[in-house]
Amino acid sequence: MTLSHFIDRRKNPKGKSLGNRQRFLRRAKAQIKEAVNKSLRDRSLKEINKGEKISIPSKSTAEPRFRLDSEAGEREMVHPGNKEFSQGDKIKKPPKGGGKGKGKKASTDGDSEDAFQFTLTQDEFLDIFFEDLELPNLVKRSLKEIKSYAYKRAGITVAGAPTNMNLIRTMRNAHGRRLALRRPSTKEMNALKERLFELERIAQPDEGQIAEIKDIIDQLEKMEKRRRWAPFIDPLDVRYNAYEPTPVETTAAVMFCLMDVSGSMGEREKDLAKRFYMLLYLFLKRRYERVEVVFIRHTHHAEEVDEETFFYSRQSGGTVVSTALEKMLEVQKDRFPSHEWNIYVAQASDGFTQSGDAKACVELLETAVMPISQYYAYIEILDERELEVFSSEDSGAELWRAYRSFAPAWPNFAQTRIARPQDIFPVFRELFAKNKREAA
Amino acid sequence: MTIAAEKPDFLFDTADWDFETLQHTLDAIEEIALKDLELDIYPNQIEIISSEQMLDAYSSHGMPLMYRHWSFGKHFARDQMMYQKGYTGLAYEIVINSNPCIAYLMEENTMTMQALVMAHASFGHNHFFKNNYLFRQWTDADGILSYLDFAKKYIARCEDEYGLEEVESILDAAHALMDQGVFRYNRPPRLSEADKMAKLAARAKHEELTFNDIWRTLPNSEEDDDEKEERQLEVRNIKLPEENLLYFIEKASPILRPWQRELVRIVRNVAQYFYPQKQTKVMNEGCATFVHHYIMNELYNQGRIGEGAIMEFLHSHSSVVFQPDFDDPRYSGINPYALGFAMMEDLRRICETPTQEDAEWFPEIAGFGDWRAVLKDAWANFRDESFLLQYLSPKVMRDFRLFAIADDSAESHVEVAAIHDDRGFRRVREKLSSMYDLGMHDPNIQVIAADLSGDRALKLRHDVHNGRTLSEKTKEAVLTHIEELWGYEVELTEEDV
Repeated sequence: MTLSHFIDRRKNPKGKSLGNRQRFLRRAKAQIKEAVNKSLRDRSLKEINKGEKISIPSKSTAEPRFRLDSEAGEREMVHPGNKEFSQGDKIKKPPKGGGKGKGKKASTDGDSEDAFQFTLTQDEFLDIFFEDLELPNLVKRSLKEIKSYAYKRAGITVAGAPTNMNLIRTMRNAHGRRLALRRPSTKEMNALKERLFELERIAQPDEGQIAEIKDIIDQLEKMEKRRRWAPFIDPLDVRYNAYEPTPVETTAAVMFCLMDVSGSMGEREKDLAKRFYMLLYLFLKRRYERVEVVFIRHTHHAEEVDEETFFYSRQSGGTVVSTALEKMLEVQKDRFPSHEWNIYVAQASDGFTQSGDAKACVELLETAVMPISQYYAYIEILDERELEVFSSEDSGAELWRAYRSFAPAWPNFAQTRIARPQDIFPVFRELFAKNKREAA
Repeated sequence: MTIAAEKPDFLFDTADWDFETLQHTLDAIEEIALKDLELDIYPNQIEIISSEQMLDAYSSHGMPLMYRHWSFGKHFARDQMMYQKGYTGLAYEIVINSNPCIAYLMEENTMTMQALVMAHASFGHNHFFKNNYLFRQWTDADGILSYLDFAKKYIARCEDEYGLEEVESILDAAHALMDQGVFRYNRPPRLSEADKMAKLAARAKHEELTFNDIWRTLPNSEEDDDEKEERQLEVRNIKLPEENLLYFIEKASPILRPWQRELVRIVRNVAQYFYPQKQTKVMNEGCATFVHHYIMNELYNQGRIGEGAIMEFLHSHSSVVFQPDFDDPRYSGINPYALGFAMMEDLRRICETPTQEDAEWFPEIAGFGDWRAVLKDAWANFRDESFLLQYLSPKVMRDFRLFAIADDSAESHVEVAAIHDDRGFRRVREKLSSMYDLGMHDPNIQVIAADLSGDRALKLRHDVHNGRTLSEKTKEAVLTHIEELWGYEVELTEEDV
């Protein structure tokens, strides 16, 4: 059969259309970003870290062509499945705008654009989401911190693991050695052997031929010997790629997440706080490989917990905010000396604490925390009703007012408020915008 | 089991396939296709691909090679989501009008499906591509893949040199005019061998330069005097009105640089390549469906496939040729597979066992006997519009219960203009045929004047039939794109003809 053949393409590299996808994402970037931000507001805690189906207005990526107006002029169409019509029957047209759709509601804004829906991968989603954000003041370089190593190519060695064998070098060495030692090639030997068979097939060889046979056998024997003596590949030829661990300069940073889980914080407030920290956590994980995160939650006493407990466990009690700061300082002294680590703190609370404790907090901040911190963000979680009451920057809960009084002295202190899920993202952006400094 | 013991030599008896079974089956199909149906085909290149690769191919017009553009990424994103959410399935195959004829089979298909798909694509479509006059006249099956390869590399190089945005804006604008970027009635002035050879030579030179000297590979940014003179000569030879807007703009635009002209030309050539496919949907699918139906039944009659396989085949086949009625929620127009297949089968019936009615309607073929010759003649010499006008029989119209609706936007009623009865057959046939006349669908827009030495305004005219004016929704956006390519004022008038 000459006319047809099969090709198995399944092993071909995938993602042939990746370039097209990137061009598309770039094209619709503004809309996608908006859609991503919008979708994040409605996401539950666990869903935040997933890819997402988003829809963007199709107008932004429309491909216009000339079309005939479907509502002008006369036209005739042919359809199948006539059951009861006869020539000349008149059928009332459905009312304009709504009638066509079967059971679909007319959209509220009348002339709505079709939305274009597609799915972003998790990476694409987070990349778009965290674009232009970074940790402020990330400067201190630790001198001691050389814990992380990267393996770098460091030439060729004669010893190593088989997986690291450098085939090209090895074969080149072997080839050179074979040439130098005049190892007879298989080709030469085959030629001789062929000649030998040819001679042997002669029924009655003459003397010259007999001599030649003998000579060839001799030669072959010598060659065999030589080949054993100079093998195709010798252990001497083998070379390995060498790798050396090289210390990589890293900027050591630690983020302390302090969260109030006391009884005064309702479920809603806790959820808001957790969402904020989830965002922060994802952001750090994605952008800074080497950032340590310490989770501290507090009621009337504070404890360091793991990620799972921090985000998902429920616990309640009274409120003493300063305990969290004390705990934080304790952990910091213990594990994160300030001359080696960039220290970041994010604190979320509803702003209510035991009377007099706000003062203690401010004192702790002024004397101990702020001097060693690169950046301190205080997020007050409010009730929606409270937001109206505290519409001015100056009024607020106890802690807010206390912080407000000392804040101006510290440019690396930021305080802000969240009352609704949709506030989280703008606040987050505000706190971690790349060009925050210039903007301020 | 006893059945297994007396199992005849089936080509396959499981759903799984392997390359050996594929080859045997292909051989059996090929024998029927070439010896019995006497099809005339390009050599086949059958490629097995995964569903993801199928999606890839979907997004770029089904071509194995395509230049990069965001619109393909957009289509991919949508198709991928539709597929992953289970709203739509994927096609079982994609076939490309090229020599050799490339057909993609999905790896998920069962062996029966692979057989169906090979018969459908690699013989049915393949024969149609090679023999239909539109494809022979307008497309270059030998050259399309190398042309696309050239186009892809050229555009990539332009992106490197002039930036993504620059290239994108030209392609966006040219894409907006794709429907107006084909020669419908007249052959292009010089798209003959000479032009092709010149293009090939230019391309070879281009590649040679690429290889030798990295700095001269950049697409020209300025044209030299010779090129300019040649182009202007060509512009002077264009007789207005000109229906191919892309062609006119490519040649006459006062502002485009040579590489931008080349981009417009690439889009125009791609549009022209696909134009015959748009005009032969019913025939092309009808031909392929008829061929796979005939071959699969023949395989079954010969005892080469079993009951299970033929049942599976019939199940897929009948869903392919399913035609919902107009009042069915699934209805979205006439299914070209259904209509095409019904007409091909009907032609065979008319040749073999004609009725009195057939003798009146089709005296030249009724009872003619040699249905293979009649079908092949139809496949070679018609497009949808003319094929329907020539061969749509009262029987098919009755079977589909076709009826024509007249819709005047000024009236509050639509009127049933004709139904499938003696009075109405001719009118229904005429109307259905005109629905497949692309000239009636795509707005007919022509260049009527371009004052190249004066104010350089470009004047376009839309010939309005039956009061059907352009939709305002897209008109302005497309005009903006034309202005980008033309650089000066563009004026569009609509005139009743």
